Amino acid sequence: MVEFSYVIKDELGIHARPAGLLAKTAAGFKSSINLSVGGETVDAKRLISIMKLGAQHGQTAAFTIEGDDEAAAAEALKTFMNENL
Amino acid sequence: MSMEIKGQVVSGKIAIGQIFVFRKRIPVITSETTNDPEKELSSFLLARDEAIEELKVLEEDATEKMGEEEAMVFSVHGMLLEDQDFEEAVKEGINAGHNASFAVKKAGDDLAAFFASMEDNAYMNERAADFKDIASRVIRKLQGIEDGIKLPEHPVILVAEDLVPSDTLGLEKEKVLAFVTSKGSTNSHTAILARSLGITALVNTGSEFSDDLTGQIGIVDGEKGVFTIEPDEETLSEYRRKKEEIQREDEELKQLIGKETRTKGGQAIKLYANIGNPSDAVKALEYDAEGIGLFRSEFLFLGKNDYPSEEEQFENYKEVITLMAGREVIIRTLDIGADKQADYFNLPKEENPAMGLRAIRLCLERPEIFKTQLRAIYRASAFGPVGIMFPMITSVEEIDQILDLTETVKKELKDESISIGNVELGIMIETPAAALISDLLAEKVSFFSIGTNDLTQYTFAMDRQNASLEPFRVPNHPALLRLIEMTVQNAHKKKVRVGICGEMGADFDLTKYFISIGVDELSVSAPKILALRKHIRELA
Repeated sequence: MVEFSYVIKDELGIHARPAGLLAKTAAGFKSSINLSVGGETVDAKRLISIMKLGAQHGQTAAFTIEGDDEAAAAEALKTFMNENL
Repeated sequence: MSMEIKGQVVSGKIAIGQIFVFRKRIPVITSETTNDPEKELSSFLLARDEAIEELKVLEEDATEKMGEEEAMVFSVHGMLLEDQDFEEAVKEGINAGHNASFAVKKAGDDLAAFFASMEDNAYMNERAADFKDIASRVIRKLQGIEDGIKLPEHPVILVAEDLVPSDTLGLEKEKVLAFVTSKGSTNSHTAILARSLGITALVNTGSEFSDDLTGQIGIVDGEKGVFTIEPDEETLSEYRRKKEEIQREDEELKQLIGKETRTKGGQAIKLYANIGNPSDAVKALEYDAEGIGLFRSEFLFLGKNDYPSEEEQFENYKEVITLMAGREVIIRTLDIGADKQADYFNLPKEENPAMGLRAIRLCLERPEIFKTQLRAIYRASAFGPVGIMFPMITSVEEIDQILDLTETVKKELKDESISIGNVELGIMIETPAAALISDLLAEKVSFFSIGTNDLTQYTFAMDRQNASLEPFRVPNHPALLRLIEMTVQNAHKKKVRVGICGEMGADFDLTKYFISIGVDELSVSAPKILALRKHIRELA
């Protein structure tokens, strides 16, 4: 299992488009990927679930990744978050 | 038979041509239950995939024609439809016995309701519309209803109830002479599109149009806001003449675009435009306004059921600022009360509303409304030079209160890491009190704008709307001219710029006088700019 956290820098929080791209990035891996914000946890491969978190600027997004390709998934998601959010 | 219909002016001048009525087919959604959920499910999946494909095409088309930002909405909608959550919500409905259309609508509505009620998240609240939109796209596919408008071979006046982006994307715009919509507003998609294409348009005509109009001759008068159907010969030839005349005069005045506004003696003055909404800004540019001297922000508040959100205001201010591309935009904060009322403000009835709780007074009484507007303007200032102008000022104390609020707003935005641009603060000089203490007020702000209409009303105690006072009105009364002159002198001592934004600004008889006392800028309605420039260039 790999875990990492990221503080959201985007003004609008995790808004629709990056949420969609995040879900796509996550869906590219076999591992199960959970995303927690403000005490709620969702499947990071699902766009609408991510949007329902309503993650805002300054909040912490915590990822928990478990599976065969967890290291690669964590790497890809870290890069994604840094570049987009 | 000839018929005249009135509508709200969006843009343009005169268009003459054949009418084409576009009618959207409306999906029928019944609550009929199904015995064959498998079948409903597979038709849903098929329709959804078609919708996703269609969104991809729309996205590419929009990217090419309108830019990536406009295209983003389609890409997001595509991703929402691809999402497992949406599929599962629909499946659940179908398994509960609903037909596919009903289940899709329910899924869309449920999600919309969820997002609309998310607390303290205006952005997510506004996503509710996206879920309704994706659901209705899938339903249209389920029921075989096509998107888009297929125009005939020849150019037409396109008439519709209202148009949304997916209607107009594939539209062959060169075939559209004018838009007329029975619904919509000057901020609706049709209006924005018409402005950006420079096409004549009228919106909100109220009456529904019959399909029989297709093929009939129509005239759209984008200046008077009149749509004439099947005009008689006389009207038609009159409009043809008018159209030619407008073209001729325009050509003549257009020679002055890009030319300096300067008298023969070399004295310069800036010519700005007064606007009330983004369509006016397009006009302002068309007539080569050097800036916007008065952007009346009331248009966002009037004719509504509720206060406009910060986001909505921001988008509108941004649209104008972006359109003006580097030319100054002076936004006047909410000037409501007196003759301009909106029910949701729940203003108490006043005996004397012109002297009542209006304009800046109302804003200072209700700082939450005021702050929302200030935040929206400061955010929009990241896109170009902005002036914020406060109406109905009578004292230094009011300005101090305002400055406290602007500081708070700036700090808040800074804490939220939201960037803002270069913002100058100014006030309207429209009460005798303000003119008389203009020396003190000049210490506090960067510019003044003299609102001659209200300054006249308050100086002479003459209701500006009362026609029976006409015999008592003295044109160019020295009392008013002295107040103006005094204001300009006091302003210039403190290097404060002065503009004039009332009716007098466009009065040719006063132009020379204003230039001689050193007025820096005249702000007039856009169509008057080039004529005024011509007049100034002919002055000694």
